[in-house]
Amino acid sequence: MSDFDATRHVVIPGELIDSRGSKPGEGTYAEDGHVYAAKLGIVDLREGLVSVIPLGGRYMPRADDEVIGQVVDLGPSHWLLDINAPYPAPLHATESPWRVDFGDTGRYMHIGDSAICRILQVDETKRVQCTMQDSELHKIEGGQIVEVSHSKVPRIIGKDGSMIQLIKSFTKVQGFVGQNGRIWIDGNPEDVMIATRVIKLIEEHAQAVGLTEAVNAFLKDAYAGRA
Amino acid sequence: MENIEHIPKEIQLVDDSGRRLDGRRLDELRPIRIEAGVLKRPDGSAYIEWGGNRVLAAVYGPREAHPRHLQDPARALVQCRYNMAPFSVSDRKRPGPDRRSVEISKVTSEAFSAVVFTEQFPRTSVDVYIEVLQADAGTRCAGITAASVALADAGIPMRDLIASCASGKIAGQVALDLNKEEDNFGDADCPMAVVARTGEIVLLQMDGHLTEDEFDRAMKLSMDAARRLNEMQRDALRRRYAATAMDETLGGDAP
Amino acid sequence: MSSEVVSELLREAIVKLAASGRRADGRAPDEVRPLKIEKNYVNTAEGSARVKLGNTDVLVGVKINTGVPYPDTPNSGVLTTSAELIPMASPTFESGPPSPTAIELARVVDRGIRETKTVDLDKLCIVPKEKVWVLFIDIHILDYDGNLFDASSYGTLAALSSAKLPGSKIGGEDRPLPVDHWPVSITAAKLRDTIVFDPGLDEERIADARLTVATDENGDIRAMQKGLRGSFSYDEVRKVIATARTLGNGIREIIRQ
Repeated sequence: MSDFDATRHVVIPGELIDSRGSKPGEGTYAEDGHVYAAKLGIVDLREGLVSVIPLGGRYMPRADDEVIGQVVDLGPSHWLLDINAPYPAPLHATESPWRVDFGDTGRYMHIGDSAICRILQVDETKRVQCTMQDSELHKIEGGQIVEVSHSKVPRIIGKDGSMIQLIKSFTKVQGFVGQNGRIWIDGNPEDVMIATRVIKLIEEHAQAVGLTEAVNAFLKDAYAGRA
Repeated sequence: MENIEHIPKEIQLVDDSGRRLDGRRLDELRPIRIEAGVLKRPDGSAYIEWGGNRVLAAVYGPREAHPRHLQDPARALVQCRYNMAPFSVSDRKRPGPDRRSVEISKVTSEAFSAVVFTEQFPRTSVDVYIEVLQADAGTRCAGITAASVALADAGIPMRDLIASCASGKIAGQVALDLNKEEDNFGDADCPMAVVARTGEIVLLQMDGHLTEDEFDRAMKLSMDAARRLNEMQRDALRRRYAATAMDETLGGDAP
Repeated sequence: MSSEVVSELLREAIVKLAASGRRADGRAPDEVRPLKIEKNYVNTAEGSARVKLGNTDVLVGVKINTGVPYPDTPNSGVLTTSAELIPMASPTFESGPPSPTAIELARVVDRGIRETKTVDLDKLCIVPKEKVWVLFIDIHILDYDGNLFDASSYGTLAALSSAKLPGSKIGGEDRPLPVDHWPVSITAAKLRDTIVFDPGLDEERIADARLTVATDENGDIRAMQKGLRGSFSYDEVRKVIATARTLGNGIREIIRQ
């Protein structure tokens, strides 16, 4: 169990991060053979590719990401999902788990409903296509959705899922963490509330040293004196 | 800069030892403090105190650009709105944009458009808000300097931060960072904004009267100051994300 | 103000939680968020205060100058209140002329000051029929996380109570603006069948009804405003008043510091 490396250097847009010919990856740009940071974040260098992992910023959809979307509009043969990104994701009736007659989309999902879906592709103009056809993708019923900054998702999942496991072991909730920062939690209300507060705690203190221990202590405290 | 016809004879903007009314030398900036990430709702934010100026900056985006007909199919728009709170000046300012605010909003949007990687977000808008809470001359420079930090805080991809300050002429001498009295009674004011690393000028305005030589000296003062401002901007961002020990922060979160 | 789609899940989760006496941020139903007040926040205003109620952040400025009285009140000062929901405070706030929400907010805060004679306008006459003190209260919402009514009214009271009449502008001396009463508003939101106080953003978004009650230092009711499309029973109203009185006393102490 290793905590987030607190000593890693935060880089700022315009900062020089490599002059030895590494390739410019995400969050960087190249100029005259040098690579500079384009975003505020942490430098990641592997196999000659240098990128910047952003500390904040909005979620940008990528193919194969599993996300939680909310229906904000619908047409006769599609729903329009808000995926907490600068771009909406239309979901065509043919990509849903149901056999939908033309004009009948409202029978299966209406405005305000949420669903777990997967991004199929994002083209150069950033038009998004997604699907709900897969056993693990489904409309969400019951439970609660918590929204966090998408850049904190790795911290909430933890190394090899360790953080999410820690939360589940105490709260016994079931859930799903969307890559877009939306997290679905289901269980009894008390436990859901505690899980939610822990997630918000992690989001707020993602950079802190000793976060895992603090989360452990919080959960122990929350469940102390219970049968 | 206001047109003051009557300059009181008692006001000596620069004394014989080169000190200004507030004690500064000609090449000194007013005291400045920058904080990043000060508001909860926006995607990024920053606050700056610059002499008597208190300015908040916030960024939302990239987000869908509205109205639809303004969308650019190839890139993000960078839309900046500069506004002064009614109580930010001694004579209350009516709420709502006046012509000066609209002009400042425009040149500021253009300055940021020069550094933001807008092609990465077609059809969207990056909305930058600059709100002056307390004004003491140089508000657009303070606003741009803070908004740059807010853009970085919001994770917007950019070539670099932009730093902005103004130089001018008071009592016949070129001086850095004019305050309100100096702006009122001075001879020239020249706000500018530069891309930190390359020194490219992305905003430049001037009113008053300067010889070419005076202009060169004013720009040199501003460029030097911009470097110092840039250090403060970076420091504010690093402090925001400095790893802190969990003990201090757990505080009120325990159940 | 543009609206955001509220998820059914969110509504159900909050309502269920509230019904069992809990709230998403761990507060009790009658618990107010931490309140921080900084008076004299801007030196360009004759009075000002920045208020943080939880994460809701409001800056109120009071500008005072001399001016002409209204013809029908020739010996009274003039008071005008406006509110700006600036776009940076929420993705749902748009720039442009004041929305109905901004106008309602300004008018409710204004009534809370005017009708309670918190500031007695009859004391603000300089030269009868010719010159009076004119007060502009400007409420500037900086960060919106629920309950603008209370945050704005605390900010307004704090700003007025630390404001100076700029007597030096008319050859006299600066002196404190006289404040005669201390009405404190407390807002309650009804979430299906449960009532919670100082609603946070999510609670406000799903509330069926809202009731704001201002009580003064003697425990008397000085202002009320009900909002949204749901309803309250008479019993519920009495309970809200009683709680508003208790909570209001605690808030009043903080504002008076």
